[in-house]
Amino acid sequence: MSHISPVIWQFLEKWLTTFAIFPPQASAIAPYTDALYFFLILITLAGGVIVTLLVVGFSILYRKDKNPVATQIEGSTLLEATWTIIPLALFMVCFVWGALLYFRIYNPPTNAMNIYVVGKQWMWKVEHPGGQHEINALHVPIGKPVQLTMISQDVFHSFSIPAFRVKREVIPGRYSTVWFEATKVGTYHLFCTQYCGTSHSAMIGDIVVMTQADYKAWLATSVSGASLAQNGERLFASLSCNACHSGDAAARGPNLANLYGSRIQLANGSLTTADDAFLRESILNPSMHAVAGYAPIMPTYQGQISEEGLIGVVEYIKNLNSNYRVQQTLNTTELAPTQQTGVEPGATSGTRSGTAAPSVPGMVK
Amino acid sequence: MSTIVKLPPQEGATLPRRSYLNDGYGLKSWLLTGDHKRIAILYLISITFFFFIGGAMAGLIRLELLTPQPDLVASDTYNKLFTMHGVIMIFLFLVPSVPAVIGNFVIPIMLGAKDLAFPKVNLLSWYLYVAGGIFTLSAMVLGGVDTGWTFTTPLSTHYLNTHVITAALGIFVAGFSSIFTGLNFIVTIHRMRAPGMTWFRLPLFVWSNYAASILMVLGTPVLAIAIVLVALERTIGIGVFDPARGGDPLLFQHLFWFYSHPAVYIMILPGMGVISEVISTFSRKRVFGYTAVAFSSVAIAVFGFFVWAHHMFIMGVSNYSALVFSLLTMLVAVPSAIKIFNWTATLYKGSITFETPMLYAFGFIGLFTIGGLTGVFLGSLGMDIHLTETYFIVAHFHFVMVGGMLMAYLAGVHFWWPKMTGRMYPESLSKLAAVVTFIGFNLTFFPQFVLGYLGMPRRYHAYPPEFQVLNVLSTAGATVLGVGYLLPMIYMTWSLKYGAIAGNNPWQATGLEWQTQSPPITSNFVETPIMDHEAYDYDWLANKTTHEVTTVG
Repeated sequence: MSHISPVIWQFLEKWLTTFAIFPPQASAIAPYTDALYFFLILITLAGGVIVTLLVVGFSILYRKDKNPVATQIEGSTLLEATWTIIPLALFMVCFVWGALLYFRIYNPPTNAMNIYVVGKQWMWKVEHPGGQHEINALHVPIGKPVQLTMISQDVFHSFSIPAFRVKREVIPGRYSTVWFEATKVGTYHLFCTQYCGTSHSAMIGDIVVMTQADYKAWLATSVSGASLAQNGERLFASLSCNACHSGDAAARGPNLANLYGSRIQLANGSLTTADDAFLRESILNPSMHAVAGYAPIMPTYQGQISEEGLIGVVEYIKNLNSNYRVQQTLNTTELAPTQQTGVEPGATSGTRSGTAAPSVPGMVK
Repeated sequence: MSTIVKLPPQEGATLPRRSYLNDGYGLKSWLLTGDHKRIAILYLISITFFFFIGGAMAGLIRLELLTPQPDLVASDTYNKLFTMHGVIMIFLFLVPSVPAVIGNFVIPIMLGAKDLAFPKVNLLSWYLYVAGGIFTLSAMVLGGVDTGWTFTTPLSTHYLNTHVITAALGIFVAGFSSIFTGLNFIVTIHRMRAPGMTWFRLPLFVWSNYAASILMVLGTPVLAIAIVLVALERTIGIGVFDPARGGDPLLFQHLFWFYSHPAVYIMILPGMGVISEVISTFSRKRVFGYTAVAFSSVAIAVFGFFVWAHHMFIMGVSNYSALVFSLLTMLVAVPSAIKIFNWTATLYKGSITFETPMLYAFGFIGLFTIGGLTGVFLGSLGMDIHLTETYFIVAHFHFVMVGGMLMAYLAGVHFWWPKMTGRMYPESLSKLAAVVTFIGFNLTFFPQFVLGYLGMPRRYHAYPPEFQVLNVLSTAGATVLGVGYLLPMIYMTWSLKYGAIAGNNPWQATGLEWQTQSPPITSNFVETPIMDHEAYDYDWLANKTTHEVTTVG
């Protein structure tokens, strides 16, 4: 090899040793997906080999030199039945196996931690509940189910982590979710796989899987500003949501405390579950989601609040389990000094931020 | 290797004195013709033109992907390249290829008819095709369009300022060409069969084109509606798809795939028909399980309409509708499997020769088997999550569309070339082309399956460096494939003047189209033929040949 330039040689060596043929297996779901993949490859190989053997075999056995006169055969119902039923049975196995895997991938466990993702041309914005923000990166702990609640600000995107074998479309105007449990520390590719315009192929990032201890340390050092729920609370106050959703029996809007996850009777008679998507939709299209027993007087907040802002408000309502602070905020906003007796000023930190409304992050200006 | 080509003695051989080719001269006699054969030739020339434009774009795409960095063209240009590649190859090449060229030429002759039911509508569909092509080309020349061939909203309606409307108009107009062709075929097959030509004596090529025509007529209007809605949303903002106006962005994908999934069968079914003819002819044997093959075409057409949402498994459709669509997708795979096994069984106890069309047909069987089975990967819900929107999809549909459909188209063009032109193509060169195409194809698209499982997304201008080796292999394969496609272009043109004179029935095939002269006269037959035997009746043919009185015309 002495006559090959060492530069070229090194280049080739590097090229060939870094070349991948199988993705890393870094999530709890990956071995299940790979098992189905190998089964499907097996079927394909079997099908391919059978067809090739038959075609090549018959071509040799019945070539014209060997078999100058063809024997005319009408067909055979038995054979037709055989090669209808056997492929059908195999395909049904693929169907059931695939369906079980699909439900496993798309039904998150109840103890999953939630992280929000907003896609836009051409970046991924990640919002952790504790107020950590990331761009084109997502830090997750190992061995803990993580659910992503995702939405797009503009066009369709798709959040794909090949090493975890998960992917989900990120849709404008609608939450979609995906979950995974990372099993191997490392940095993996994040791709946008739905074509989204000019820099589609630059809408990539890193998924960083850390040990739980490292993750805690990372969370502690990466806080910037308030938590999502705190942001949400500020928006809630500055948009005067609390004027109606005060939790009083006589209030014009429904009580929001402990609302998340409960069943709700709508004005049109249908029942629905108050999930993230319902909360978001109710803010943007209130008349479509009027709750039974309340007049449909809520105005739309379409265009007044960004997707990140909505995430904050949703996160705030999700974690709201008492109307105490809602009512405190109400009082401050309306500057009506009633029922203030006995409240420590220190317990109303949320109320003060209500006055800082114009600079609240998440407002559309 | 023996051959069944029985060419007339070449010293005294002449082409027939009168044929559709010399019935009238000059551009006008072609551009205003009502003759299905001449219209087929017009289609052949125009789709070949578009095929090479689309192919050149594929070449540039592969060249760009040789390196991980975005270095050959800008991202916008790259996006325009794959958009135009998709639009041209699908709407201007694959959809019209077999039906409009080969079907147009041979279906009326196979039925024993003088022409299609509506010759002028047939000419109109060619003009619509050309108009669609001109709109598409002008979109390209004016600066291109970068929506991807799927025109996904809201990207296509609100976020791009390229020539979306022009390209959409092109597809809209070309769609009507396809509707008219389908309508013409359906009416012709119902109403214009020769005496004695019952449904179960029809060649399988007619059955599969019939099934495809039904899909064209029922599916294409939905595409037209989807495109009109995109145009209206883009121009006056009607808000059907825009979530900010209460529209549903997923609705477009439902409408689009309601056509575009059946469109896959519009493309492949006529190709399957070609394969039935070719396999039977070169194994001198009737197609095994004629009725099973005929009805599997119809089954594909019927099931084909109920699987569209399998393009949307990760889009947040409800889990239970995903189940239904996955199940139906598995069912639609079965008739394809039936066909493959019937073609294989046709070879059994045949008397097989290996002319070029047969080689292409073998290529089709192998590649379509892989293309079809990888479709089962994608129909399997949990697997689809990882594979969709990656190069696995790209590889899968190129195996079906290029490895399957294009192989079938080339098989058909070679098979009917003597009938169309009266001359043979050069046999050894064309065998070389078939082999080169097969090798080039596998080298191009097989690595893409591996890339797909690695997670490389489709429509990526730049990619992580560890994917480079497989991309280089793919680009190398594309070069070989390009040679494989240029060869027929060259020797087919050469054969127009220098090819050996073919005679009526060089393949000793049984179809009615082979019982008339090559090239046929304008009215196809001197007198209306009477069909008194089954399709693929080689005994009838042998009998006929021995008792035939050769008349000198």
